[in-house]
Amino acid sequence: MKKSKGILGKIFIALMLAFFYLPIIYTIVFSFNDSRSLTKFAGFSLRWYEKMFSDAVMMDAIFYTILIAVLATAISTVVGTITAIGLSHSNKILKTLVTQINDLPIMNPEIVTGIGLLMFFSLLGIEKGLVTMLLAHVMFCIPYVMLSVMPKLRSLDPNIADAALDLGATPWQALTKVIVPQIMPGIAAGALIAFTMSFDDFIISYFVTGNGVQNISILVYTMSKRINPSINALSTIIIIPVTVVLILINILPIIKEKREKKKLKKAREEALAE
Amino acid sequence: MKQFRSMAYPYVFWINVMIVVPMLMIVMYAFTQKGNDVVTFRLTLDNFIYFFSDPIFVSVLKNSLVIAVVTTVICIFLGYPMAYLISQASDRWKVILVLLITVPMWINMLVRTYAWVGILQENGIINNLLGLMGIGLVKLLNTDFAVILGMVYNFIPFMILQIYTALSKMDPSYLEAASDLGANKVESFLRITLPLSLPGVLSGITLVFLPAVSSFFIPKLLGGGQYVLIGNVIESQFLISGNWNFGSAISLIMAVIIMISMYITKKVDREGQSKGGVR
Repeated sequence: MKKSKGILGKIFIALMLAFFYLPIIYTIVFSFNDSRSLTKFAGFSLRWYEKMFSDAVMMDAIFYTILIAVLATAISTVVGTITAIGLSHSNKILKTLVTQINDLPIMNPEIVTGIGLLMFFSLLGIEKGLVTMLLAHVMFCIPYVMLSVMPKLRSLDPNIADAALDLGATPWQALTKVIVPQIMPGIAAGALIAFTMSFDDFIISYFVTGNGVQNISILVYTMSKRINPSINALSTIIIIPVTVVLILINILPIIKEKREKKKLKKAREEALAE
Repeated sequence: MKQFRSMAYPYVFWINVMIVVPMLMIVMYAFTQKGNDVVTFRLTLDNFIYFFSDPIFVSVLKNSLVIAVVTTVICIFLGYPMAYLISQASDRWKVILVLLITVPMWINMLVRTYAWVGILQENGIINNLLGLMGIGLVKLLNTDFAVILGMVYNFIPFMILQIYTALSKMDPSYLEAASDLGANKVESFLRITLPLSLPGVLSGITLVFLPAVSSFFIPKLLGGGQYVLIGNVIESQFLISGNWNFGSAISLIMAVIIMISMYITKKVDREGQSKGGVR
């Protein structure tokens, strides 16, 4: 009874994973297809990659996506960290106010945030394009950076900065040499989330962009109306680095831990032998 | 540490400008008419009346809600067993399975949704498989089925991860106690595991229902050009017909529906917790 249940469970997990990975594998396989068809595989070729690299619109979209993601990550990580540190020394009212407003873009449907920004930028008369997209990305990235930095600040000893100042450090030194190194894991995690949020964003970008500035998501959306296998090539060059990075991030700590355990075991054995 | 306090002030200004003002603009536009300038500024409910008196808009709203509810229900019925099975797996498999579920979430949603267009096509993989089994051509793309499939595909990882987190927080000694007291597996699942994992299911519901009800690229890509959900109406009001007032009103209607459903979910959660979960 128990065994048959175990097998059923395994089949269910396998089917679910197949469901998750079918589109991803499909995209990678058909990016190497030698024909225009999205359904019949006619042999291996790199023609869609060639087409992609010679397509100015596609290369522009990749360029804009990376440029905006890098800038938005840098700005939102710095601003988010500074604000989180400032808030950790502020009174409760300001803290609650900021966290509640921060929750708005996270809890609201993205389309609502998108149209709000669209009207706002138009009202100010800012020309839609790179600048508006960057401002919007910074706006929705900062709350995520703060969400990952604030718990680290909460677990930080509040006297540590005072101690640094008492010992003659300037506030700037206390900040950069004492506080920031302690919350570095939170900052790094926040930066990673910000980068992927920006890199993958479609809905908000779609509403605030203009003047031909497109990121990869907008490009896929507008190109999908006609069959275009170079989208598969573009998708593949996004899928592979993301997957590799994620696997490395998850597997490396396990390997490291194992190695440390081994070292510890060895040290203990040596100590016992002595 | 007074020196550091002022570091938060620029951001307080920024969020008021970039988050609060756009939200207020949506409310303001929703209650005014097109062509109103500052002098003739006049509040009106016309946009809402127009929306609810047009049977087409009402049926689009109804359809969006139905699709979002169906998507959420499917996500619960597929996501719960998946989360439960992961929570029962060995520690090593837990890490691997959670990783396998998270990887697709980090890949661009548009890219993953677009892949289904090829898979569901009339001579695509699914129809070829059905053909091998002797089932004739089935129209999959540009149907409700395709749209729901696309939504389940995009949003089910949220459900699985929320339920899995709730299940892994559970103290296993409850189950031991139950079996010591003579409960069989089904009983202890229904009376202990299920109530204790309910908060996970409820936060999963919010994370699935909210993007499902407002989605507009999934219906556009998988439902075909004629397929319209409430998100598509908002999109076209802003980007095609340029009627910001009406578009804002529809967004407000959608936001209110979402807020009500989130309120209900939270209330169910609170009631469940005040009863203590284990009964």
